[in-house]
Amino acid sequence: MTVKETDTKIINEVTPRTSEWKRFQRVFFQRKVVLFGLIILIILVLTAIFAPLLAPYNPFQINLKESLQQPSWTHLLGTDLQGRDTLSRLIYGSRTALMVGFGSVLMAGIVGVSLGLIAGYVGGITNMIIMRIMDALMGFPMILLALVIAAVLGSGIHNVIIALSVATLPGYARVMHGLTLTIRENDYILAQEGMGASGIRTMFWHILPNGLPPMIVLITLQLGALILAEAGLSFLGVGIDPTDAAWGAMVADGRRYLLTYPWLSLAPGFAIMLVVFAFNLVGDGLRDALDPRLRGLL
Amino acid sequence: MTAYIIRRLIIAVVILIIVTLIVFFVMQLLPGDPLVIFLGQQAGTGSMSQEQLEQLYIRYGLDKPLIVQYWNWISGVVKGNMGESIYYHENVGKLLLERFPVTLDLGIKSFIIYNILGIVMGMVAALRRGKWLDTFATLLSYIGVSIPVFWLGLLLIYLFGLRLDWFPIAGYTLPTEDLWKNLHQSVLPVFCLSLMGWAVIARQTRSSVLEVMSQDYVRTAWSKGLTERKVIMRHILKNSLIPVITIMGIGLGLMFGGQVFIEQVFAIPGVGRLLVGSIFAQDYQVVQSATLVIATIVILINLIVDISYGWLDPRIRYG
Repeated sequence: MTVKETDTKIINEVTPRTSEWKRFQRVFFQRKVVLFGLIILIILVLTAIFAPLLAPYNPFQINLKESLQQPSWTHLLGTDLQGRDTLSRLIYGSRTALMVGFGSVLMAGIVGVSLGLIAGYVGGITNMIIMRIMDALMGFPMILLALVIAAVLGSGIHNVIIALSVATLPGYARVMHGLTLTIRENDYILAQEGMGASGIRTMFWHILPNGLPPMIVLITLQLGALILAEAGLSFLGVGIDPTDAAWGAMVADGRRYLLTYPWLSLAPGFAIMLVVFAFNLVGDGLRDALDPRLRGLL
Repeated sequence: MTAYIIRRLIIAVVILIIVTLIVFFVMQLLPGDPLVIFLGQQAGTGSMSQEQLEQLYIRYGLDKPLIVQYWNWISGVVKGNMGESIYYHENVGKLLLERFPVTLDLGIKSFIIYNILGIVMGMVAALRRGKWLDTFATLLSYIGVSIPVFWLGLLLIYLFGLRLDWFPIAGYTLPTEDLWKNLHQSVLPVFCLSLMGWAVIARQTRSSVLEVMSQDYVRTAWSKGLTERKVIMRHILKNSLIPVITIMGIGLGLMFGGQVFIEQVFAIPGVGRLLVGSIFAQDYQVVQSATLVIATIVILINLIVDISYGWLDPRIRYG
């Protein structure tokens, strides 16, 4: 470990700063599959932003005359029981997935990182209390905790975000806690403290930025897991409003027509898998490019 | 070693206490009054007078401070009294005991399968690095963690149940009743439950084996002229499995989460299905107890993992 650290220090001294970004790009795009994942994610974000322009029909419009149609040129992926266009609902579903994903990552990330940072930096009894609570939260299977919290809070997209944030919080706290313990041993932190910097300043201006690269990787990987969890909750019918377009709920709705209209369930499920797959690919690519030593840790 | 075990035990107990607190207080988040929800499900409550309501409050101890309510609940749980289900009108402990063997049966089968498949595949992938099997293992490990387990279940039902008619698409039979039927019905659900664990274990084994293979002692083993079999079994496999064991605990948590969906998709009467059903029936006594039981099991398994980890790797014990 120490050998590796001195190695990077030497490289940093010899080569100019710009090479860091070039190295990142080289490693990140080295594997073609990472590029594939990135393209899927760009398409996903664009789809979510321009959903009203892309969707051929109103995804919420109930049209019983066109109930349960097979895929055709007018309805590329057919229609559901209420006659709603499956493709349009699929397109709007990307908004739900991204909203829940980013919302939960933001909330759980800010709270979790702060808790981990404080626990690691302050130490002592504060550390004990925070980390044991995080351990206890980790004792629940993530989806189970989210399910129970979402069920208790009642339906609504914001409740799903809260439930998933609480369930994923300990992951961020643990990683940031570990990082803080390592980073605070550095001489520059000691120098900061020696110059009289306050604890909060040291934590958020000096330790936090140095812990960011692994956190970026964790967040990317978490986004995939969160979209999977959101789909799971809406599949069970917990949280998301039934009229909203959510991929998991679409899979559940199509379940009854599996033999006659398999696309109703198979198409949204495939969308979930593709998006989660893309987040995992890009997350792994980022990890290799930002810090290969994280392999096996995140 | 004893000191290490005692330390882990104390930590586990502390975590368990916090878990009960979390479960208790999450239930307090319920919008509205638990008594009103409870009464709303019993027929004809509109006519209840204020006085009768207050009597019920006192009877269920809801007039006491939260901490006393927590104590009453937790001391009941410890004695095995988890209260009564308002939906099934049965003792919650009995309900859970009836469904537990089902969940456990599927869980144990999946646990054995994903560990064997994962370790073998991760091992072979690392030893034949860059060959087609390695590529396949990498692809599978991505798909395994990306595929929604409920959707995988539906996909298999569609292909092997509805189209090919090879396996039954729903139901469960206890192995003590009809072992052959039990195995036949288990194939699809167990495959679904195993895939994620398989992916996670294979991935961890692969990277762990690759790391061990580059160690000096492995080079020494080769240069001593040991046979390939001996090097792999005695030097590589043994050392590379240590980090894999920690992942086994994580895989188990993932699997319990998966069972909630799989029992729903395949109509299997286990704890997961009971939990989801109880959420919709607003039967919170059951939700509370089932969550607590599952969390307790996960924590106990992680304790066993931690202890065996310390036993296998002395660096952990003294660290």
